[in-house]
Amino acid sequence: MADTAVGANNEPEHGSDPSRRDFIYIAAIAAAAGGAASLVWPFVDQMNPSADTLALASTEFDLTKVADGQQVTLKWRGKPLFVRNRTPAEIASAVKDDSASLKDPQTDAERVKPGKAQWLVLIGSCTHLGCVPTFGGGDYGGWFCPCHGSHYDTSGRIRKGPAPLNLAVPKYEFLSDTKVKIG
Amino acid sequence: MSGHSTYEPKTGFERWLDARLPIVRLGYDSFVDYPTPRNLNYWYTFGGILSLCLASQLITGIILVMHYNVGDAFNSVEHIMRDVNYGWLIRYMHSNGASMFFIAVYIHMFRGLYYGSYKAPREVLWILGCVIYLLMMATAFMGYVLPWGQMSFHGAVVITNLFGALPIVGESITTWLWGGFAVDTPTLNRFFSLHYLLPFMIAGVVILHIWALHVVGQNNPTGVEPKSKADTLPFTPYATVKDGFAMSVFLILFSIFVFYLPNALGHADNYIPANPLVTPAHIVPEWYFLPFYAILRAVPDKLMGVLAMFGAIGCLFALPWLDTSKVRSMRYRPTAKVYFLFFVVACCILGVCGAKLPDDPVIPHLKTFLLIDADLNSFVWLSRVATLYYFAFFLAILPILGLKETPLPVPDSIASPALSPEKKG
Repeated sequence: MADTAVGANNEPEHGSDPSRRDFIYIAAIAAAAGGAASLVWPFVDQMNPSADTLALASTEFDLTKVADGQQVTLKWRGKPLFVRNRTPAEIASAVKDDSASLKDPQTDAERVKPGKAQWLVLIGSCTHLGCVPTFGGGDYGGWFCPCHGSHYDTSGRIRKGPAPLNLAVPKYEFLSDTKVKIG
Repeated sequence: MSGHSTYEPKTGFERWLDARLPIVRLGYDSFVDYPTPRNLNYWYTFGGILSLCLASQLITGIILVMHYNVGDAFNSVEHIMRDVNYGWLIRYMHSNGASMFFIAVYIHMFRGLYYGSYKAPREVLWILGCVIYLLMMATAFMGYVLPWGQMSFHGAVVITNLFGALPIVGESITTWLWGGFAVDTPTLNRFFSLHYLLPFMIAGVVILHIWALHVVGQNNPTGVEPKSKADTLPFTPYATVKDGFAMSVFLILFSIFVFYLPNALGHADNYIPANPLVTPAHIVPEWYFLPFYAILRAVPDKLMGVLAMFGAIGCLFALPWLDTSKVRSMRYRPTAKVYFLFFVVACCILGVCGAKLPDDPVIPHLKTFLLIDADLNSFVWLSRVATLYYFAFFLAILPILGLKETPLPVPDSIASPALSPEKKG
């Protein structure tokens, strides 16, 4: 019933400048879009880790708790972290395979701190889809992921199976000979 | 008002969709081509503002639930305030948004009252609005309990104990509401659940409210139904732009509270963790409940006080049949206009009385005489006078005045006073 009114009112009125009206439209829509966009960011960012979660993002660990040939699993950033005190045989096996055909080529030395080859620190999350690999299984003397059969060697490198990458080494440092800070 | 649809699908896809789900047609007919009375003033923009409030409360509320922990309620609210990215902003938007929602709804209701928007054929529209208001009050009350501070806890104690005033069933009802011997964790858990549910029920009733609005059409300041095309303008651009401007102004007010006065409408005691062993010295509800709280305290009997408080809301439901006037808008009812003004003042006085201690003097340092149970110069007596007027307005003034008064001449159509200013009422 009001279609004629719509048509009539959309026409620029007598003597008015249509470009001024266009400017008002663009300015109003731009202001509304800018306001909406600046409001969207807080609503998106609130799902990112909160300050107290980030405050727990690093942890210290006393290495004297881990005997030779033993592995301790701790929780770091909600995931398992393997701290392994490797035997000389495991280190030798890992170094020997540096020249083998690797899916994600890395030498054993690159995965440990200089002079601390016995300490291997790994994020215990399979690089395929995130399951926790178990030590002592698989064909390479290292870890084996029960979910989809990825085999890792004694350096935590991927050797066989669907996982694309080596088990990740987190950022960590030695505070002393017996203490590491992870994260 | 809802005449035949003038929507014409322009593209092939729109034609295809229109034959299967005419949702674009619905939107076009409701928010573009919908005829609105040409004389709507800014008091009519609060419906749109209320939709904005509901959307804002829903969005911020759903976000807050992502971080709130009902098992560690008080600390999780502090976690939101201190640790969650922009948590302070989202919580302040939600807590102040509740107040903004009530400011808007009260203006919306007073507007409906003044222009007679509850009169036939808009009774169902009005009653649906009253249902929304009731749901809003329940939602706001339960939301206020969730931070689990001192005011939350003791507010919940007082409000749930209201039901204890009912004879015979009172005690069983309060025990059932609490899920225990007192307000405790089970109470908080169920309030959290219901606080999440009720806003969606509000959204459902809002859809019915808008549906009813689009069946009977909007009322307008003259109270005269649109008769011809000259009386109406299309919703877009006229109402959309006017609503948009009003929303912008409203958002500025909202922002002033959120960014500069975030706790001005709250109580400091609610930043003390809930303690069932100590009640804060001065316990009052949130400002939007104060008039009803004053009515409750004005009556010296427990049961009668509770009934008066619920009766005050009940009057709103019965309003379409209490007002006997044939003239819809108070613009043409000079006597009713004065009584209406007194009614607004009485509501504000009740709000002030609700915030004060009942026995405090209205005029400081003035001692008059003891009347029944309190000094005449006390807030309890002021609230009794205002309560009396509140009920008199609905139960005596509106029914009688409608039969007795002589209204001013009502224009033949909306366009006629607008087009001839000398006849403007």
